[in-house]
Amino acid sequence: MTYLIKGARILGGEARDIRVEDGVIAEIGTGLDPENAETIDADGLIALPGLVDLHTHLREPGREDAETVESGTRAAAAGGFTAVHAMANTEPVADTAGVVEQVWRLGREAGHCDVHPVGAVTRGIEGRQLAELGAMADSAAHVRVFSDDGHCVDDAVLMRRALEYVKAFDGVVAQHAQEPRLTEHAQMNEGEVSGRLGLAGWPAVAEEAIISRDCLLAAHVGSRLHVCHVSTAGSVEIIRWAKSKGWQVTAEVTPHHLLLTDELAETYDPIYKVNPPLRTKADVEALREALADGTIDCVATDHAPHPVEAKETEWAPAAMGMIGLETALSVAQAAMVDTGLLDWAGLADRMSVRPARIGRLAGQGHLPVPGAPANLTLYDPDVRRVVDPAASVSKSRNTPFAGLELPGRVHATFLRGRPTVLEGKVV
Amino acid sequence: MKQHLISAADLTKDDALLILDTAEELASVADRPIKKLPTLRGRTVVNLFFEDSTRTRISFEAAAKRLSADVINFSAKGSSVSKGESLKDTALTLEAMGADGVVIRHGASGAPHRLATWVRGSVVNAGDGTHEHPTQALLDAYTMRRRLGDLDGRRITIVGDILHSRVARSNVLLLNTLGAEVTLVAPPTLFPVAVGTWPCEIAYDFDAVLPKSDVVMMLRVQQERMNAAYFPTVREYSRRYGLDARRMAALPEHALVMHPGPMNRGVEIAAEVADSTRSTIVEQVANGVTVRMAVLYLLLGGSEPAIGNTRTEGE
Repeated sequence: MTYLIKGARILGGEARDIRVEDGVIAEIGTGLDPENAETIDADGLIALPGLVDLHTHLREPGREDAETVESGTRAAAAGGFTAVHAMANTEPVADTAGVVEQVWRLGREAGHCDVHPVGAVTRGIEGRQLAELGAMADSAAHVRVFSDDGHCVDDAVLMRRALEYVKAFDGVVAQHAQEPRLTEHAQMNEGEVSGRLGLAGWPAVAEEAIISRDCLLAAHVGSRLHVCHVSTAGSVEIIRWAKSKGWQVTAEVTPHHLLLTDELAETYDPIYKVNPPLRTKADVEALREALADGTIDCVATDHAPHPVEAKETEWAPAAMGMIGLETALSVAQAAMVDTGLLDWAGLADRMSVRPARIGRLAGQGHLPVPGAPANLTLYDPDVRRVVDPAASVSKSRNTPFAGLELPGRVHATFLRGRPTVLEGKVV
Repeated sequence: MKQHLISAADLTKDDALLILDTAEELASVADRPIKKLPTLRGRTVVNLFFEDSTRTRISFEAAAKRLSADVINFSAKGSSVSKGESLKDTALTLEAMGADGVVIRHGASGAPHRLATWVRGSVVNAGDGTHEHPTQALLDAYTMRRRLGDLDGRRITIVGDILHSRVARSNVLLLNTLGAEVTLVAPPTLFPVAVGTWPCEIAYDFDAVLPKSDVVMMLRVQQERMNAAYFPTVREYSRRYGLDARRMAALPEHALVMHPGPMNRGVEIAAEVADSTRSTIVEQVANGVTVRMAVLYLLLGGSEPAIGNTRTEGE
């Protein structure tokens, strides 16, 4: 099938026509002849490279009541993503070639976007013994990103070994930076609000101490470290320092940490409970600046679906996590583009090019030029919408943006020339 | 007044004074041969206790019964998620039974906030986790006011585990509303990190604040803090932050000694201090019933007068 996208503003530039043929961008120009192509009116829409998420929880196998590979990748496509990395904390844990291949195959069968399983660093994400990282790397799933996300690899020796070991296949260890002793029973950011609300604090230092240590370890063994969901101003400074040394450290920030603050916990509604927790306004500002100047490489959703009953409780027993695939681009626009911190080309870099590079995804993260794989997102930045959890494509409803008016809407998504979303609807 | 009493911050100064004044009126009932008023006849009050607290439950039960309300005691120990039904389902059950007021005690901070989103009746917080315990603060203020008069400008010192104390949080808010000057005293490990933003003074040296205290309120040191490195040993805690006879002697003559109970005698308070004439500890318990009557009456009683039809101003 051939498509002619008429009048799209590529990376926010002048309107151009894009001919998509045989899975690649065949031609870009003005007044292109439709010939036998199906025409898509993209007047006013921005064309971005298909988004890449380094941090998604698809919950399958094990918690299919919250999300499946099928439902999660539908949500991803609806949000403009053409590739997601599926985190390893499933039941069973993705710590063997068998489990990562299962997730990879489910992704292929669903077909909404590419699914790249993340392998666990340690068996059962228990932090005691390395998982068979090489077997996962060599499997059909071709794993390059390893993470115990949800748990910190807090044992310094184990972390060192993991960083060293993955060099053999150009892997990267994505660390959930959380010093466990400093965060026992932690419920929310430790600060003015936690003290007032009587909720146990999750101090910034618990994240920063691990990031500092891991940067030093990565430098020592000459390996690649990726820092998951950076949430504090102090973490930004440490990563900036590590990068200034030329060390191979990359980092991500979630949409919710770019927009929301810990004051939302005043409602005691666990829809705002997440790990790492929402921080302060000063942290949000530092994270935005760091994403703008490249200290933080990319936006990653940490899409974490939970069934309704896991959130309709008191704060303390509630599950941590928020869904975010369908709102990521809108939140990024609100936090970064509408504020003038990044232009559309910059946002494409942070939401597609760089995450694809960190994950070593050869077929993703290419800017729309002739010959590039036709992974595209057509986005209308001018509409505004109120987020309605009931309308989410994800199986779960735990969005912290419920009721918020956000800018923009994904109009269409193409995965290697095939539309996965058209007219805002999953195909 | 607001529909619910969840935080001491829900009360304006006028609200707080209205509760205290109403409690004064209601106190006269306690001296009558028949202690019962018909005010809340036909109303249902549910005591929903997820934590063991016999004294607080009995206090609310007595308060509701003296106002002729129907009282249902619902004890649901243990976390709602690990055992049995969720707080939401419990709330829906209460709603179906037509509870006009729900008094909730819960180990999780914020549980009363959640409950208030699921029921139509008034929610009264009887202590939630390490958050607040507003009726305790009201009965403390009532006790102080009876002994010392107007609290405006009075200096109140609260000593102990501020970090985990719902009593301290509610007292700081309420006493500040009433114009008192609060000083919190604790080892630095037992303050929240941002306690500097609270409307009170903080101090590490108990002895230095004793001579300028009109009231010293001692907080219970929970057993679980004793093994979590908040302080080296119970003996050291007691030496630095306990109220013994020597420290009591450094207080001004009129100063009161308070404790929300239950006490650890010999830890935060010496037995001879607890049993001294300055101690209001037993009085606090008695005042608890009166103040809770006032709260239930004002939240549930609507426009009915508290006592008969002859409520007079300024009594």
